[in-house]
Amino acid sequence: MRPLALAVVLIGTVALGGCSGGVFDPKGPIADAERLLMLNATGIMLAIVIPTILATLGTAYWFRSSNTRANYLPDFDYSGRLELLVWSIPIMTVILVGGVAWVSAYDLDPPKAIASTVKPVRIQVVSLNWKWLFIYPEEQIATVNQLTVPVGTPINFELTSSGVMNSFFVPQLGGQIYTMAGMVTRINLQADQTGRFRGMSANYSGAGFSDMYFTVNAVPTEEFSRWVAATRTTGPVLDAQSYADLAKPSQAVAPFSYRIVAPDLFSGILSGSSTAMQAGDDPRCVGSLASQRAEK
Amino acid sequence: MNLLGKLTWSAIPFDQPIIMGASGGMILGIASVVGWVALKGYVPYLWREWLTSVDHKRIGVMYIVLALLMLLRGFSDAVMMRAQQAVAAGGAQGYLPPEHFDQIFSAHGTIMIFFVAMPLVIGLMNFVVPLQLGIRDVAFPTLNSISLWLTASGILLINISLFVGEFARTGWVAYPPLSGLQFSPGVGVDYYLWSLQISGVGTLLTGINFVTTILKTRAPGMGYMRMPVFCWTALASNLMIIAVFPILTATFAMLLLDRYLGFHFFTVDAGGNAMMYVNLFWMWGHPEVYILVLPAFGVFSEVSATFSGKPLFGYRSMVAATMVICVLSCMVWLHHFFTMGASANVNAVFGIASMIIGVPTGVKIFNWLFTMYGGRLRFTVPVLWTIGFMVTFVLGGLTGVLLAVPPVDWQVHNSLFLVAHFHHVIIPGVIFGVFAGYMYWFPKAFGFKLDESWGRRAFWCWFIGFHLAFMPLYVVGLMGMTRRLQHYDVVSWQPWLIAAAAGTAIIFAGVVCQIVQFVVSIRHREELRDVTGDPWNGRTLEWSTTSPPPAWNFAFLPHVTGRDAYWSKKALARVTQGQPPEAREYKPIEVPKNTPTGFVNAFFAVVTGFALIWHIWWMAALGLVGAFVTFLAFAFREREEDEISAETLAQFDRAHAVEGAP
Amino acid sequence: MNVAVAIHDVKQDAFVPASEAGPAPKRIVVGFGFWIFLLSDIVMFSVLFAAYAVLARATAGGPTGAQLFNQVNVAIQTAFLLVSSYTCGMMSLAISTRQRLNTYTFAFITFVLGAAFLYLEVHEFASMIARGAGPQRSAFLSAFFTVVGCHGLHVTAGLLWLVVMMAQVAIKGFRPAVDRRLLCFALFWHALDIIWVWLFTAVYLIGARL
Repeated sequence: MRPLALAVVLIGTVALGGCSGGVFDPKGPIADAERLLMLNATGIMLAIVIPTILATLGTAYWFRSSNTRANYLPDFDYSGRLELLVWSIPIMTVILVGGVAWVSAYDLDPPKAIASTVKPVRIQVVSLNWKWLFIYPEEQIATVNQLTVPVGTPINFELTSSGVMNSFFVPQLGGQIYTMAGMVTRINLQADQTGRFRGMSANYSGAGFSDMYFTVNAVPTEEFSRWVAATRTTGPVLDAQSYADLAKPSQAVAPFSYRIVAPDLFSGILSGSSTAMQAGDDPRCVGSLASQRAEK
Repeated sequence: MNLLGKLTWSAIPFDQPIIMGASGGMILGIASVVGWVALKGYVPYLWREWLTSVDHKRIGVMYIVLALLMLLRGFSDAVMMRAQQAVAAGGAQGYLPPEHFDQIFSAHGTIMIFFVAMPLVIGLMNFVVPLQLGIRDVAFPTLNSISLWLTASGILLINISLFVGEFARTGWVAYPPLSGLQFSPGVGVDYYLWSLQISGVGTLLTGINFVTTILKTRAPGMGYMRMPVFCWTALASNLMIIAVFPILTATFAMLLLDRYLGFHFFTVDAGGNAMMYVNLFWMWGHPEVYILVLPAFGVFSEVSATFSGKPLFGYRSMVAATMVICVLSCMVWLHHFFTMGASANVNAVFGIASMIIGVPTGVKIFNWLFTMYGGRLRFTVPVLWTIGFMVTFVLGGLTGVLLAVPPVDWQVHNSLFLVAHFHHVIIPGVIFGVFAGYMYWFPKAFGFKLDESWGRRAFWCWFIGFHLAFMPLYVVGLMGMTRRLQHYDVVSWQPWLIAAAAGTAIIFAGVVCQIVQFVVSIRHREELRDVTGDPWNGRTLEWSTTSPPPAWNFAFLPHVTGRDAYWSKKALARVTQGQPPEAREYKPIEVPKNTPTGFVNAFFAVVTGFALIWHIWWMAALGLVGAFVTFLAFAFREREEDEISAETLAQFDRAHAVEGAP
Repeated sequence: MNVAVAIHDVKQDAFVPASEAGPAPKRIVVGFGFWIFLLSDIVMFSVLFAAYAVLARATAGGPTGAQLFNQVNVAIQTAFLLVSSYTCGMMSLAISTRQRLNTYTFAFITFVLGAAFLYLEVHEFASMIARGAGPQRSAFLSAFFTVVGCHGLHVTAGLLWLVVMMAQVAIKGFRPAVDRRLLCFALFWHALDIIWVWLFTAVYLIGARL
């Protein structure tokens, strides 16, 4: 009975524990879809796992050597029908969950744009030691350790790293994606509710890793425009020099913003980290740099 | 040019009390044991019978002893981590600064995988496989000894890193660019790389040894489908070792070239590609976990059949499932980095592949269930571990299938959900399996059983402790807690982490019970003595020997005509009871000579490794020359084998009146 | 139910499949084990090949394969190695017929050819380094030097092994253990040749056309 109780406790605690800012507390369509996926897949699997656990315990208990009522079948070591059952249950389960996995891998593919009538906001993300830099190329501002986004708007992220690998992760908005030097990864997320959500790095990157979290501020669209305008009025300038200063190791950096960002800074960061990543070297980078040029 | 390379007195962390205390304790412990052994005059015996032994039974025992000792170190790391995370909430920084905490989680993973789980599993295979195959030793006994001692070299190096220098602060996977020279200029990553390269050679040699043994040297009559299932799982595991350990060797070699000679495989500049490391590492890393778990599955097969008093259900299916896992496990590695940005095509394919591998595993669970069905199940401690495994592992496997769905993985990758998942499969799978295995085969190795009551207490402490330690981690993982955090700001995570720490304490009680079990069993060994050689009414050939078996295992290699060879032999013996045994002519047999080659070579391996870590080039060169000379001495030795006379064989059999002996 | 019977006299006329014939003779066991070792070594080389393939274009603005590779040199190296495989085969024949002088002779020729191969390779490396195209220049060059250098290290180890084996023949004669080790050496030497064929195809021929 113990594992059954544990299974119930597991699901129960998961349900309860999820009510605080995590994966089971989605605030956007991607995270929502991913939560549903997790619950469905778990349900399908539990339908197999719980009976198996019960059958194991039941069989072991019934066929204990002190139970004289149980039949002793010392030659029972093969049954074609049971073999068929034993192979087909896992196969069918895998087909079912596999189908779900296949479809969702395409549906929720991070670079896939979120269907929307609203024009997306582009944000370029750079992971540094040990803080996050968010550049808004169209608004030409930047922030550190703080991400303000308008609600109901798809956000188009392009991500890279200044050095070591990190992972950009806001559990309540969707899945994570690695950031790597000299390369661009992409993810699309959207917040459907206002609020403050926790974001972090989900890939260990050194001594200051534990403080490498940031806040996502999802605000109504008008407030977002006001925030952009306000940010443009005060704060330092982000150019190659101030970026080099920012890139020096620091931990637990309090959020602040840059009032203006030098154009093409992100491309500069990309190619600065990897002098060999020239167009033609690597198909991935050809795509990313070309699309950046196309978007200008 | 400094004579000692980078090594100076500042390498010893005199200013860090925790490390000095731990190292001091460790050195004191080792010194006292060594001192006691020397004073009691056991050194010649130990040298002659154990350190220079090429006997698979002795080598197997030594692997397991090393592994259990390292389990204590790896577990201490776990206790320290859980304690740190239980207190470092809100603004609190805990008692372990990041530089220290980061080494601890890196050491914990490295030690547990390479120096606990691998040697435990290899030790069991070493002891059991030749006995089950009805032969006298593995194909290459001296190579076996070399493998053991190279593993010990790796262990020594990683333990030296505790007080001379530091260990890696990269996690046990050591991804570049973090593990490259630019971001980890210290010796930590070098300790990691060299200790694993050295012990990796040993492991590869083990793989070659066992594949050759199982495929080419089985007893007469033992066709493939008559081998015990444990031998099939050992075969699959060792085939995977051969297939994937060279990948790790090459990958680490490339990282070493980056670090030592300024190459650009994985650097941030000049065209380096860190993603390639991730791919290569996991091409090794995923099969590695199956290398660990398949022999554990083999143990469960043996245990469930023996204690049910029935043959294993679905032998052919079990063999097929084992070999399917062997192949498939090499085709799923990308699921360790679904989040690295591969296309949907790639993610989808690897997701499906990762799920498909759940099929043969599920088949095995059902077959163990049907093995118990219709049996007369004796609830010995190995059976407790087996049932504990079955009901726990399936839930761990469930979380694994969840992680195989890419969008789900994107939400829980690198979180404590992931940490909980892999402990949820490794602990019930590998650890419970090895615990069942050593209780099951201990009487065969040492001639007396282990105490059942303390075994039960250990099981329940582990079972309960495991659940209390890891179920809360699923919760905090879903709440958004990522792994490897030295401190955190979200205080709502803390109660769960405190619960996890409590679970760790209960596991600790389990470990204590296991230690007590050894002490008590040794004290009461006469009452627990196994006189028949077959304490469990076993089915396979190892139970046909005495406990412990003689050095040569079998005076006459058994002729096998079916599965469960010993069971049938006993049945026949009951039928032919009363008839006088046929007289057989004993012939002298040759056994390979003991040799110090393995031990001495390992000494030079440690010297070379340490020298390379600290850039003491002359010492490294000397170490390599020393190793070469050791091999030359071995190659040019006069006699390679000892002869055991027919009279010795006959005397032994007479003295032990082995049941079922001819 | 199968019954396992311990009978001493297996009927000799009964067909016994190889899998039930009991432990194989030592020479076969050793040869098999060494083959498996060679397979594992090939896996290791495959990883280095894969790294080369991934990094072949990562020249970091530096020299490319087409600019660096001297195909004539490679051809000569190939010839040396292929011929050395032939002479190694001749050596194996001499061993099997227990002809000491022929054994030493062909071993010597094999050694000289192998050493010549290495000399050309080291010379190639040195000249590349002198031109600023050393392994620290780019990822492509790191991969090139590693995969080719790893093969060269294996050849070096083989030459050392050959010398030791000739010492063994001189001191111990053709006893079974020495015979087995010579078998392993021959397998090793031929395998190195095979790997070289892949190597010059993938690295020098294809790599120069990227």
